[in-house]
Amino acid sequence: MLSYPRNLKYSKTHEWARKEDKKVVVGITEYAQKELSDVVFVELPPVGQEVKKGRACAVVESVKAAFDIYAPISGKVVEINRQLETNPALINTSPYREGWFFAIEPSNLAELSELFDSEKYEGLLHESAN
Amino acid sequence: MNVITDLGEKKRVMEKQIAGRESKLIFEKSRPGKRVHLTPKSKISQSVKREWIPSVLERKREALLPELSEPEIVRHFLNLSQKNFSVDTNFYPLGSCTMKYNPKINEDMAAHPSFTNLHPYQPEETVQGILRIFYDLEQWLIALTGMDRFSLQPAAGAQGELLGMMIARAFHRSNGDTKRRKVIVPDSSHGTNPASAALYGFEVVTIKSNERGRVDLNELARATNEETACLMLTNPNTLGLFEDEIIEIQKMLHQKGSLLYYDGANMNALLGIARPGDMGFDIVHLNLHKTFSTPHGGGGPGAGPLGVKKRLEKFLPVPLVEKKGDKYFLNGQLPASIGKVKSFYGNSGVLLRAYTYIRKLGIDGLCQVSRDAIINANYLRKKLNGTFVIPYPEFCMHEFVASAEAQNSFGVHASDIAKRLLDFGFYAPTVYFPLIVKEAIMIEPTETESRETLDQFAKVMHEIDREARECPETVKLAPHTLPVSRPDEVAAARNPILTYRDLISQKS
Amino acid sequence: MSYFPLTEDDRKQMLSEIGVKSFDELVAKVPAQLKNPVLDLPEGLSEFELRQYLENILGENQTARELLSFLGAGSYDHYIPSVVRHILSRGEFYTAYTPYQPEASQGTLQTIFEYQSMMAEITGLDVVNASHYDGATAFAEGCLLALNFNQRQKVLVARTVHPEYRQVMKTYLSGTDFQIEEIPFTAAGTLDLEAFRKMLDMNVGCVAVGSPNFFGVVEDLDEVSDLTHKHGALFVTTGHPLSYLVFRSPGEWKADVACGEAQPFGIPLNFGGPYVGYFATTRSLVRRIPGRLAGITKDRNGRRTFVLTLQAREQHIRREKASSNICTNQALCALAVCVYLSTLGREGLKDAALLNVDRANTLRSRIEKLSGYQIPFSGAIFNEFVVKSKRSVSLLFEKLLKKGVLAGYSLEKDYPELKNHFLVTATETKTEEDLDHFAKLLGKI
Repeated sequence: MLSYPRNLKYSKTHEWARKEDKKVVVGITEYAQKELSDVVFVELPPVGQEVKKGRACAVVESVKAAFDIYAPISGKVVEINRQLETNPALINTSPYREGWFFAIEPSNLAELSELFDSEKYEGLLHESAN
Repeated sequence: MNVITDLGEKKRVMEKQIAGRESKLIFEKSRPGKRVHLTPKSKISQSVKREWIPSVLERKREALLPELSEPEIVRHFLNLSQKNFSVDTNFYPLGSCTMKYNPKINEDMAAHPSFTNLHPYQPEETVQGILRIFYDLEQWLIALTGMDRFSLQPAAGAQGELLGMMIARAFHRSNGDTKRRKVIVPDSSHGTNPASAALYGFEVVTIKSNERGRVDLNELARATNEETACLMLTNPNTLGLFEDEIIEIQKMLHQKGSLLYYDGANMNALLGIARPGDMGFDIVHLNLHKTFSTPHGGGGPGAGPLGVKKRLEKFLPVPLVEKKGDKYFLNGQLPASIGKVKSFYGNSGVLLRAYTYIRKLGIDGLCQVSRDAIINANYLRKKLNGTFVIPYPEFCMHEFVASAEAQNSFGVHASDIAKRLLDFGFYAPTVYFPLIVKEAIMIEPTETESRETLDQFAKVMHEIDREARECPETVKLAPHTLPVSRPDEVAAARNPILTYRDLISQKS
Repeated sequence: MSYFPLTEDDRKQMLSEIGVKSFDELVAKVPAQLKNPVLDLPEGLSEFELRQYLENILGENQTARELLSFLGAGSYDHYIPSVVRHILSRGEFYTAYTPYQPEASQGTLQTIFEYQSMMAEITGLDVVNASHYDGATAFAEGCLLALNFNQRQKVLVARTVHPEYRQVMKTYLSGTDFQIEEIPFTAAGTLDLEAFRKMLDMNVGCVAVGSPNFFGVVEDLDEVSDLTHKHGALFVTTGHPLSYLVFRSPGEWKADVACGEAQPFGIPLNFGGPYVGYFATTRSLVRRIPGRLAGITKDRNGRRTFVLTLQAREQHIRREKASSNICTNQALCALAVCVYLSTLGREGLKDAALLNVDRANTLRSRIEKLSGYQIPFSGAIFNEFVVKSKRSVSLLFEKLLKKGVLAGYSLEKDYPELKNHFLVTATETKTEEDLDHFAKLLGKI
């Protein structure tokens, strides 16, 4: 499996978004999970919460640091991954599948196209590495 | 001899051995019926007691508290103390911490009943002694730093920083300058600097250091404008290098209406050599538990007195210690004061220790502190150069930064070297700080270490380098000789067990 | 010179090995105009002279032991077992650093864990941090935690909370947009519930009260607690921790946060510091708790190991919310508390608490019988209570001081409406004779 799956969209703050029917599922990328190292805790937004594109809506914690997770698009939180409460390590082992964070009912689908495709995101990563 | 061949049995035997060596909590040693008799026998009768403690106000929940005899208590704590590294027992070259010797006369004075039995609300005429001590201490800190007034109230460096931020904001506000919302810090700064600024609502602007490891004047000029409230610096900086362009820096910031804040963590390099007040700093905090020998106490208590220039005096917290004739008093009449950051007057016991230290050393002794601190640091730097990468090719002041880059190629990191040092009886230097040096190892020997200790430390560092090349596992799995090794911090954070009650509910 | 192991020979040889001819070469980068400042400082002293010098100055103090003291008001004189001082004077404890390297700090870490455990039991809550600077900053921090949790704007704080705690909280909140409103008190010296009900609205994120309060009165907090929670706000309490051994603990009042001064547990008066603030919360707030936390885990060989944990939260700077950085681990003071609590133990602590109740109530009844004095607040007390004098308190205090007695704390400055009122504290250190003597003096003067 590619480190940055082509069917996902990416934000510059290392979140990915996957459109599924009426909702958009959100998580963090392979790069982010590696930087974090072992995740110890995730604070997810409550179901029903309104979120805005680019605004912090969740927190992910490792032993050494805590990072904000920013909503890649605006809308309402309709689902959260409760498995992360007891097993936050899923974020490290399966960042694109079982380690998903939450799903948003988008208020403005156009915002999805403002996100990067996998090529552009990978390019950004290489740029900042040099 | 019984040869254990069954693997399962081997594991069980090992588990038993481990359990036997495990540290027992005081609760696990406790048994009902054991007691230490301390307070006079109570003469309260049952009926009277009920009247004084109405049922609706009475505690009903049982508290799980220990029950032991005095000999058992003493043995429990003293055995625990033996598991600690400490300045009294080990060399502690922690950069930026100034782990110097804690003089015992300081402890005697801080334990003196004529101090310990003073209530903070006693009438001033009954506490002239301690007020005089505070007053004199302030005068001496003024002399050492070149500032105009000090508040002795902050309980630690971080609290001093926060107070400094409050004063900066109050100052700009009093000038009608409400646009100044930004604080500038260099990328080499200690974490508490931007933290204190952000905590108080400032926006933090980080500027890159130049190739000499100093503040880049061009970067600084670009970042400074009418929105700048303050620049926070330490000098020498966290690389142990003196900011030699400080006069230019000071001019630039003041011209643009900003204030300058000095983080006094590295003051051990400057006593008798240069003063932050003369450099142009407006606000200065000192760490008495670093430069002024008060003990670290396993993490506290410390004290972080805050000094200011005249134009900022009126914002200092209440009360200040003043003198009229030969009488000392507490002045709470400061209408522009930012308020109070701590109850009462500060960590009086820590202030008394610092006072004792300064009075003992006197002017010559204090100057000697920085001289020997700088000699020791440069000596150790010379000895480690070559074996460890030392990024900045110049003399350091009281501390220097090395890098474990060379050892990385064998898979050994700065944190591994730190752990391996423990096996040799040395506490590790600061690692991974400052952030601008890869695999940083920050070393500050202080002036209270002998040449013999430094030679021994250098020898061990060379040995560890050899181990990194020849048998890296020895370093990567260190420590090997201590009661515990490489705790699982991820598990501790995923499933926090924070009290005895947590522990017993986990077991069941 | 005592603290300098380098000899002149050492210095010469080391400078030579470094590769310089003189020390000045090492500090060449310091601009000439800054170098060699003139320092207005005295000459040093030998240890012998230093001891004499200091003992002379300290001798100018009159302590609360030399005088007969009934002063409390946030700083308490309790009996400290000799064991505490001896354990605290172990260099392995007091000269150790913050326990970031767990393998080198199991002693400190285990004592912090034991401290956390005991304070959790006493406060009746689930999680306790490794300590704050003092009660006032712990209180400010508790209110900040509540406000950040709810993301609401207002805190309601009882006027019966220690004036210095309220002042420090105000200072800490001055950098934020949070508002503070004070809940008045009744003629009985308790929280004015009527006024409180009117002040409670959906903007209130935190309600902070004391029990025992600053007047020494132990209050029934059931209704305040329930109303607070009904409105979705957090309930913060503060109080003398020894009182929780016999009076209802914060956990039993359904407090979300309990914070205050743990100085009564083994720390001398020390002219106001260093002290140690206790900070306890319910389990649900564990990841918001500021300061250090010691936890248990296993090492790579499966051995029980103590570590600092949940550090990510305290170091992370969340701009949107005022996070905390005001917490240094006051480890040595927390150690004193741990040793004190272990030494008094389950039964000893209960006894000590009951003795305080006995002394204060006994003294209060005696003073009540004297003409010239009234007891305005008659509710249950722990170890202090308010007296109203017919004459000026400052005059009374002056006269009593001349007779070697510190009568208490005058309330006029902090509560202008309480003219001629003062706070009297009687801990277990006061004997029958002391109470007798004091009451007699008050009667005569």
